[in-house]
Amino acid sequence: MSDLLKILQETADPDSSKLAKILDLGEEDVEKQLRELKESGVLLGWVPLLHPSKSSSNAVNALIEVKISPEREGGFDRLAHRISKFDEVEACHLMSGAYDLMVIVQGENLHAVASFVSERLSTIEGVLSTATHFLLRSYKEHGHLLSVEGEMNEKPPVSA
Amino acid sequence: MNPQDYIAEHIKNLPRSGIRDFFAIVSEMPQAISLGIGEPDFITPWKIREASIFALEKGKTSYTDNRGLLSLRKEISSYVSSFFGPEYDPQSEILVTVGVSEAIDIALRAILNPGDKVLYHEPCYVSYAPSVSLAFGEAIPVGTIPEQSFSLDPEAFEKAWEPGCKILLLNFPTNPTGGTADKQKLERLAKFAVAKDLIVISDEIYAELTYDGEHCSIVNLPGMKERTILLHGFSKGFAMTGFRVGFACGPDWLIEAMMKIHQYCMMCAPILSQEAAIEALRHGTEDVMRMREQYQKRRNFIVRRFNQMGLSCHLPRGSFYAFPNVLSLGMNEVDFCHRLLREQEVAVVPGTSFGPHGQGHVRASFSTSYDKLVEAADRMERFVESIHAETDNVSAVV
Repeated sequence: MSDLLKILQETADPDSSKLAKILDLGEEDVEKQLRELKESGVLLGWVPLLHPSKSSSNAVNALIEVKISPEREGGFDRLAHRISKFDEVEACHLMSGAYDLMVIVQGENLHAVASFVSERLSTIEGVLSTATHFLLRSYKEHGHLLSVEGEMNEKPPVSA
Repeated sequence: MNPQDYIAEHIKNLPRSGIRDFFAIVSEMPQAISLGIGEPDFITPWKIREASIFALEKGKTSYTDNRGLLSLRKEISSYVSSFFGPEYDPQSEILVTVGVSEAIDIALRAILNPGDKVLYHEPCYVSYAPSVSLAFGEAIPVGTIPEQSFSLDPEAFEKAWEPGCKILLLNFPTNPTGGTADKQKLERLAKFAVAKDLIVISDEIYAELTYDGEHCSIVNLPGMKERTILLHGFSKGFAMTGFRVGFACGPDWLIEAMMKIHQYCMMCAPILSQEAAIEALRHGTEDVMRMREQYQKRRNFIVRRFNQMGLSCHLPRGSFYAFPNVLSLGMNEVDFCHRLLREQEVAVVPGTSFGPHGQGHVRASFSTSYDKLVEAADRMERFVESIHAETDNVSAVV
């Protein structure tokens, strides 16, 4: 992993001037490296990470367990790609165990998710069954604790 | 009634820590970026905190053996053997203390008679000279110098020795300079300690935070184990400052003497902290390595920035402190710290808080996030430029 990628993961900040200072590189060098990482598909993009209940969004999230028929050529890939292309799908993973795909869906409300499942997902040829689980509350998101009190990390400003 | 009449003479004469004075000023400026912090910016790894919570839930709220939980002493024995080298008997050669600070205090009190002398290197941790005074000893500081990256200089100790010296007090890697001790120099110092029949107290609290080369402990050298008290703890490497738990390893007769003081003044280290320490030693070493990697990157960044802005700074080989020289700006370290805080709201600590040999330097902790470090470095650069501009204007007028 390049130094730039390591620092990006630690700081989660795409500010190229700051990255340039940390890495002791020119700003142009950092921007060039960022471009190359995007072009090669290593760096997919930036997503602001919002607190689910504080971001004034009423969006509904659901995890959907999907069983599908594997195909002679390509196994699960064609159907998985097809399902992934829906805008409602935030993530899609092939799983080991009792079902094949874990599909993470976000909709404006309960009705929107239900419609997606009943009208789009379950009607795809090759989808054998679905089991939808709605998220009630989140406690940790992408490594960030979401509890009200959070973590206390107040240290004395000067100590020996 | 004059209150001062009721204070013991040796306490009246004990100076206040310079750190405390500076703390009072910085505390009034919550918006300032502080590089004055003397502890890890990381929170104690959750698995260690959770072990302490579990112990509380199980009702472990009692005293422990004065020497500490035997299970902890066994873990310490095993850890010390694998990390530092020597083997210590958990039954008789290990004492669990309330941080290394307590261990230093009781070691000095156990050994020193009034007037006995203690050789130690300076700049150093703020408690060394006061702890010697509190034990009625005489402190003999030996300067380490920036030209040698504040590393151990055995020759300086040899020159400083005088009759009555009983203890050699070492702290490598060093707070505040990040200086370390290489094996060759330690060997010479060990021979000196044997020749002068000195007891060595080696505070190696920053041992895990050694970045270049491996940490080398004096206790491994010939003739040393029988005359050395190795002090270590969990505050720095394991980010457990608030747990207040450390330990001393040494010959049974020295540990027993320390134990006598410990049992009367402290009884034992808190049991919940001891339980946390057991978890730290069993499962926390990967966390230590993860934190060390972060400190090392930040060290490289901040030292490079100091040198780029014209504040000469050696590369600290251990600890999480940089110790740049500020004399090139034509002001002393105390004025530098006060003006920097006032004009750019960045707090660093005057080097003289760590003894007169810290003159001309400031301690900047890189135990803080990249965001803050980058911003602090930018502000310090602006400060340095403004001082240069002032100097240029004065020159032009003259």
